[in-house]
Amino acid sequence: MMAAASQALLAPLVLSVASLALMMQIAFRRHSYTSWVITCLTLVLSMVALVPMSKLVPLQVTPLLISDQYSLFFSLLILFATLITALLAKDYLQHRAGENEEFYLLLLLSSLGGLILVSATHLASFLLGLELLGVALYALIAYPERGHLPLEAAIKYLILSGAASGILLFGFALIYAALGTLSFVGIGQQLTQLELAADRQLLVLIGTSMVFTGIGFKLSLVPFHMWTPDVYHGAPSPVTGFLSTVSKGAIFAALMRLFIDAQLYHYQGLMIALSVIAIASMLAGNLLALQQSNLKRLLAYSSIAHLGYLIIALVVYGALRQPQMAVEAAGFYITAYIVTSLAAFALLSMLSSDVRDSVLGNDAEVDDIDHIRGLFWRQPILALMLTIAMLSLAGIPLTIGFIGKFYLFAVGIKGSLWWLLAALVIGSGIGIYYYLRVVFAMSMKPQDSDQVLVVPAKLTLAAKLVICILIFTMLYLGVLPQPLMEYLGTVTV
Amino acid sequence: MILPNLILVLLVGGALAWWSERFDSSWPRLVALLVVLADLSYLLSSLTTVPLENFALVPVAADPASWLMSYQLNWIPRFGIRFELAMDGLSLVLIVLTLVLGAIAIVSSWTEDNQRQGFFQANILWTLAGVVGVFLAMDLFLFFLFWEVMLVPMYLLIAIWGHEGKAHASMKFFIFTQFSGLLMLVAIVVLAILQQQASGIWSFSYFDLLNTSMDSTVAGWLMLGFFIAFVVKLPGFPFHTWLPDAHTQAPTAGSVILAGILLKTGAYGLIRFTVPLFPEAALEFAPIAMMLGVAGIIYGAVLAFGQSDFKRLVAYSSVSHMGFVLLGVFAWNALALQGAVMQMVAHGFSTAALFMIAGALQQRMHTRDMNQMGGLWQQMPRMGAVALFFVLASLGMPGLGNFVAEFLVLLGLFQVNPWMTVVAALGLITAAIYSLIMMQRAFYGKPDDSRRLTDFGSLEMTAMAVMIIALVWLGMYPQPVLDLVQPVIDSLAVEVPLVAERGVSVGAVQ
Repeated sequence: MMAAASQALLAPLVLSVASLALMMQIAFRRHSYTSWVITCLTLVLSMVALVPMSKLVPLQVTPLLISDQYSLFFSLLILFATLITALLAKDYLQHRAGENEEFYLLLLLSSLGGLILVSATHLASFLLGLELLGVALYALIAYPERGHLPLEAAIKYLILSGAASGILLFGFALIYAALGTLSFVGIGQQLTQLELAADRQLLVLIGTSMVFTGIGFKLSLVPFHMWTPDVYHGAPSPVTGFLSTVSKGAIFAALMRLFIDAQLYHYQGLMIALSVIAIASMLAGNLLALQQSNLKRLLAYSSIAHLGYLIIALVVYGALRQPQMAVEAAGFYITAYIVTSLAAFALLSMLSSDVRDSVLGNDAEVDDIDHIRGLFWRQPILALMLTIAMLSLAGIPLTIGFIGKFYLFAVGIKGSLWWLLAALVIGSGIGIYYYLRVVFAMSMKPQDSDQVLVVPAKLTLAAKLVICILIFTMLYLGVLPQPLMEYLGTVTV
Repeated sequence: MILPNLILVLLVGGALAWWSERFDSSWPRLVALLVVLADLSYLLSSLTTVPLENFALVPVAADPASWLMSYQLNWIPRFGIRFELAMDGLSLVLIVLTLVLGAIAIVSSWTEDNQRQGFFQANILWTLAGVVGVFLAMDLFLFFLFWEVMLVPMYLLIAIWGHEGKAHASMKFFIFTQFSGLLMLVAIVVLAILQQQASGIWSFSYFDLLNTSMDSTVAGWLMLGFFIAFVVKLPGFPFHTWLPDAHTQAPTAGSVILAGILLKTGAYGLIRFTVPLFPEAALEFAPIAMMLGVAGIIYGAVLAFGQSDFKRLVAYSSVSHMGFVLLGVFAWNALALQGAVMQMVAHGFSTAALFMIAGALQQRMHTRDMNQMGGLWQQMPRMGAVALFFVLASLGMPGLGNFVAEFLVLLGLFQVNPWMTVVAALGLITAAIYSLIMMQRAFYGKPDDSRRLTDFGSLEMTAMAVMIIALVWLGMYPQPVLDLVQPVIDSLAVEVPLVAERGVSVGAVQ
């Protein structure tokens, strides 16, 4: 039993052990290159560890965690995104002041939190994962020690995220008070028993609302989205990418498991509330993105809209005759969103990695739309990556984002969610404008009056690797999505 | 394998043209021209392998052998999506038009001083590849894919090499077509899901979806989804506002492709998809669609008359001419449909030529404003003569292709709705007015002697000669094209009975 359990949790165990090892290394001898190598090796090793794990699925390990196809799939996504972040971070941190070793430690801890989240089957492990992910993120956001923007962002995120966690926890407590259980499945069983007393019903309702408020904050859904642009803007680019992909992806995966196991889709009121939140996110996110000239803020608002799209897969679950398709759609859309967002932030982080001699100043971030003007003519390969990413976010065919959107259309139509679909169409229509604006800026002829940017004359090996992986994934899964679709067909909650 | 190769040659050729820029900046255009001509001769030579009697066969959905060529490959089995291409007479005519005009577009950019020739020519070839794909795709998912993908290189053509207002124009172009495309995507997916619920099997194939049963309200909505996407592209009134901007700002080659080919994809979609997929809903909607067509004819003509920008004038005249296509399709009888197809081809040539002249003028005079022109005939006699020819073609001079087209549409329409025919026929008069005004302002009058202008060279004259021969041929002896398209119309008539057939056959018109 013990052996099976540890095999089923091999990837999180590898991450935990490696975090300790990394801490020891930092304590004895600071050397950022060694830390980086350890981190990358660990992440690759954890991905490899998913193979023996997949032999045992599904296996419930203690009431807290489960290892199944669903958790494995999202673990892979999280590890992939973390690896890309680590690869980017090396170049990004290289020319910046300060000690860089702890950055990698925090990254490992944060992704460990993500792994726990996606395998959580119990509110306790849910909270554990959430906080591990979150607390490491506060420090990551504030990692550049100079400059007030990261600090401001970190404090904003810390306070608001703390408040959200508090609300979430209170919601858990109310649910526990009413039902006497904290496991997802247990909650589901209690809720489907009809003879629940009225006052308990009320407790559950309030509790669930609070849980969704807390999670809505972490996923930056309207109306809990206020923090997003500032935090995105302030955080260093690789961390913004990490926050946007790993944090949101893991939390959504956990939310989906909670939603399905606890059978929350039976609650009509909750479904309506979720639909309203989704529509508001799609419209507000896209509308607010229109006016942004800072790319990170633009991507922040765009991510609000994309999480809104994603909620469609959640709402539709109860309405489908074969609800498995909703999980499939969500899985594909998250994959598309993660890969595409990573590409966008990878570009920003590569451009920001060497700005020592530019007019922007030493520790500056390259994140304004003016900064990438004419990029097509200076760094075609980087421009190509961002172009594909923007087209994918806009949902143009031959990119992964189109297939993701196609999935959402398919499940939305199957579930007859016409209002959500209308918002999806309108939101996508608006979105084209600001995504194309980025492409247009890159295609403009460079002018002498533009701020001269020091684009790294030679991309490092790590950067080239990241570019190749991301472009390949975005296009391959956009042209030949069948393998992933088939695999996702087996991923059940 | 012939059909996918047609597309592949253009795609690879685009990359090749881009790459060839390394050697010399004059190579890309040469490579691009050779690629298009190679593609065209490949198509024509492989047609010789098709037995002659097949050209008269009525294409039947169930029998691939009754099509001129077809190709099938499983692509995304999860949703029953196949890489399914097929060609009948209609697609053949339009693909030949696409490749000929593609070659002409490349020639039209020959002397333009465009920076980054390689990427420019690559985008032209990729647009052509997308358009050929649109004309061949028989799987609705694949069709939508080509429909969207051809936008991206076109967008880049306008956004990178366009004129002063390119940012606004390219954005407007993209948003209009993309937004209406999303409506079509929803309609496609709904249609596929209805079919899947009925038969239990996912499929996006045109042939499987043809006879999907649904109630009339749903059919009405779905039909609208397709209709809007195609009418935006056509463009029909009131969705035409992107067109004057896009045309005016695009580089010459872009305008030629946009007007000559891209607009035809909308008309093709109406004939191939909107009516056959939703026959009852479409016929119920026909009076409104025809009304939009008539409104487009008159409104486009009035606006064209008011322009002082040469390119804008031609652009609005396109709105007017495309109104005839809309009328022809929704009159839905053999004559009018033949007329609509003929209009697509003839308008392709005449407008492409006019845009090429406009581009040549802009390149020589650095303005499109007709107030600054005048007397150009004396300075550029060859261009003047050519311009006169195409202006006459575009205003519907008997003996040229456009006349045959508009006449057939009016003749067919008369059997369906005489009063609308009367109004639409006014379009022939208004066309004469704005076309001759344009000719007068730009080419007649006293020349400004201070400018030195070079006349059309031999390369440009060759391109013009091709189009002149095509239009004269279409006007004098349109029967081959009519014969090619007739089986397609017969097969459509199997799906959707033609309206008001009174025994007038196309043969009798000649």
